Amino acid sequence: MSETVKGSGATASEPVGKPADPERPGLGKRLVDQVVYGADWVVTLLAILLALFFGAILIILSDESVRGTFSYFFSSPGDAISASWDAVSTGYTALFKGSIWDPSHSWNVGSAIAPFSETLTEAVPLIFGGLAVGLAFRAGLFNIGGQGQLIMGAIVATWVGFTVTGPTFLAMILAVIGGIAGGAAWGAIVGLLKAKTGAHEVIVTIMLNYTALYFLAYLIGTDTFRDPDRQEPLSKSVSEASKLPKLLTWLTDGGSLRLNFALVIAAVAVAFVWWLLNRSTLGFELRAVGSNASAARTAGMSVAKSQIMAMLISGGLMGIVGASQVLGTANANNALTPDIDAGLGFAAITVALLGRASPIGTVFAAILFGALQAGGRSMQSEAGISIEIVTVIQALIVLFVAAPPLVRGIFRLKGSGSGDAALASKGWNG
Amino acid sequence: MSLELRGITKRFGTLVANNAIDLEINPGEIHCLLGENGAGKSTLMNILYGLYEPTEGEILVNGEKLSLDGPRSAIAAGIGMVHQHFMLVPVFTVADNVMLGDERVKSGLLDHAKARKDVREISERYGLAVDPDAIVGDLPVGIQQRVEIIKALTRNAKFLILDEPTAVLTPQETEELFTVMRELRAGGTAIVFITHKLKEVKAIADRITVIRRGSVVGTASPQDSPAELAALMVGREVRLKVEKPPVEESAEGPAFSVKNLTVLNEAGQIVVDDISFDIHPGEILGVAGVQGNGQTELAEAVLGLIQPVSGSISLDGVEVVGRSVRDTLRAGLGFVPEDRNHDGLVGGSSVAENLVLDLYDRPEFSSRGSMNIGKIRKNADERVAEFDIRTASIDTPAGKLSGGNQQKVVVAREMSRPLRMLLVSQPTRGVDVGAMEFIHKRIVREAREQKRPVLVVSTELDEIYALADRIAVMYRGKIMAIVPPETSAEQIGLLMAGAHPEDAVDE
Repeated sequence: MSETVKGSGATASEPVGKPADPERPGLGKRLVDQVVYGADWVVTLLAILLALFFGAILIILSDESVRGTFSYFFSSPGDAISASWDAVSTGYTALFKGSIWDPSHSWNVGSAIAPFSETLTEAVPLIFGGLAVGLAFRAGLFNIGGQGQLIMGAIVATWVGFTVTGPTFLAMILAVIGGIAGGAAWGAIVGLLKAKTGAHEVIVTIMLNYTALYFLAYLIGTDTFRDPDRQEPLSKSVSEASKLPKLLTWLTDGGSLRLNFALVIAAVAVAFVWWLLNRSTLGFELRAVGSNASAARTAGMSVAKSQIMAMLISGGLMGIVGASQVLGTANANNALTPDIDAGLGFAAITVALLGRASPIGTVFAAILFGALQAGGRSMQSEAGISIEIVTVIQALIVLFVAAPPLVRGIFRLKGSGSGDAALASKGWNG
Repeated sequence: MSLELRGITKRFGTLVANNAIDLEINPGEIHCLLGENGAGKSTLMNILYGLYEPTEGEILVNGEKLSLDGPRSAIAAGIGMVHQHFMLVPVFTVADNVMLGDERVKSGLLDHAKARKDVREISERYGLAVDPDAIVGDLPVGIQQRVEIIKALTRNAKFLILDEPTAVLTPQETEELFTVMRELRAGGTAIVFITHKLKEVKAIADRITVIRRGSVVGTASPQDSPAELAALMVGREVRLKVEKPPVEESAEGPAFSVKNLTVLNEAGQIVVDDISFDIHPGEILGVAGVQGNGQTELAEAVLGLIQPVSGSISLDGVEVVGRSVRDTLRAGLGFVPEDRNHDGLVGGSSVAENLVLDLYDRPEFSSRGSMNIGKIRKNADERVAEFDIRTASIDTPAGKLSGGNQQKVVVAREMSRPLRMLLVSQPTRGVDVGAMEFIHKRIVREAREQKRPVLVVSTELDEIYALADRIAVMYRGKIMAIVPPETSAEQIGLLMAGAHPEDAVDE
């Protein structure tokens, strides 16, 4: 009753509409809608802050000496508070130093940017993976088969990598293309099965993840792949020519900065996916099929083609993750190992969720997660805080992003219902 | 018992769905809530039924303030609602459905006998003939609606809200519903009847409240003329009759013809049963019938969405069966699907994108796989202006538009290119009277000026009468008869209910 709008003639000219259709779509559809259209940037930012806050509580709880000060909290609360503050600030300072910039090394350019180089190195595979999952999301598909696709990509990239030995740049490009082909083929199987038989992509991708994993284990044991000089399961190393060149070696003497050429490929991939989704006719079809398949069908689009193409491209992007694992700096031997996936296929899902399935959002999300990963290591080494806390923080961020009403409730934000403002301002880039 | 809404305002974000609405509902009175779709009628009634919380205002029963925290408290206060889409479990019996949510229990077990007795009692008292043991899914729509009414009445509803109850009924069923409503009125029940059909308002209402753009714009009496009511509803004068030059006889023969077409649904049942008809250039054929009698599948077969098991469809002498949807559209079919939200629009995409939903890959809007955003936006600006689509901008997601404006987006897309044929299903569903006039004019123009065959599928008999040169009545997949537009509504109604043509049409 407090607002002044009541009964005024001005409101009569405002558009009047009906609330959202009460008919509820399936869980998967709602999840995708929530991801793509749900949270706005304010909520995302607050979710990150909130996650850091809960992370701080975990840091306090996990530190034994700080816990000790709480046993006499009521006689001397100052001790507990200052100990908590110390633990949290040391931890988060280490996180910052390990991921963005370390002021103590500012006299040396190479050392000063080393943390950010690490952050980007961790972020690059997440960018590819996030783009892959996000693209599938936009086409209405939940690609949780990143693991399998990147493994297949890694396998093909490795094979090309140790088979082709030169010339330098070309061998690397060929190996990456091999990775794309491996992942794309593995993804296209999912798309084909979905389009032709209606098999649910979630089930199929999970099964294909196992298939790829055990195929990898088998291959490493075969004469074609196995490194005869090594005891442990390891493939032959890729040729020197096919490795992804490091970008920042000229800044330091030892070449300790790991950031490599994959960053450049990632930039191209982001631009490509953005164009694909927002400017290409194929992307138009993907988005239409993803958000209303029957309207797309009525408009003459082929739902089957869209689904196959979406999974093919998504798998291809995942294949680059696999290629960069082998050709880059992820393992010292530049060879296939049974755990070459490093869980990136799943990490990519959280990145895509946080990036709201948009290419630009994915870049930011991947850099954030890369920073947490890089910073988490220095948090562990410098402040003695378990790196698992970083994983919890990542999980909490995604949890809060997925539940905008919760965040709005905590911060007492006025709910925009279904994110009208975010939607209305998105337009073509949505 | 009296029910009063005072100063009800409901906002969704910046959207004002209801603006300071006052409404009084009295026992033994049929109070008609008249307004276009999107005017805010349903929102208001959802507030009254406890589904929405009003932003401002209060609800009073017998002068006492009522606070509703859900349908349960609304039911307890004697408010009953029959939704446009029935809330029934198809595999349950009538009695079980009536009992659902208000279970009769005897020593820990469901008391089916009591439920049956309750149903019988109510149906006898108000002349609502229903078999309590029938399975709801087997019943015709009109009877299912009765079950909903009975359900409300067994919960002692003193105020009954009927949300667009006639949308799914044949003229006869509508008549029967009105009889029931009169019985209920005589028994002292207060009825809120929501509709946008002027004829029905005049037939049944005791009091009329007109809502436009979320506000009450006035009250009217059933004696007012339809034109006066329409003007009040839309806010300007409306021509209710479509001006239509007579169809010219052409020597060319039919431009579009369907022969012995049979279509099965996914379950393998025959939904279009051996039908044949022709449409001449410049002629409008109306397909009348109650929803779900094969019209949808007929339209989808013409588009190429479903493949018929037998028969042929030809346009300008070329067979179209077997063509893909894309090819059919490219060949010049304009297609307005009956359910815009389901088949016509991508709600999350912008108005501009929806305006090229089936044109995006044509040379005008894209080349070599890349879309020409400039041209798409220019096209959107033109269509929005031409069809008076009310939208904040062409970048607004189509799903945020009101129903009528969404329909205009679909119609604008399908009717703004050179066509060889136009097939429109429910072209004006949920569209206000003003836009209806415009859309009807465009349809007539496509036929008469462009000399194209036009197929109009509608469950609104008034719309069929307004447009059609001949009327095909469908019932259970068959065309019962093709009759001239002079045929009375009663006769067409009988055909729609499956009566044999000889019995229905005395010729």
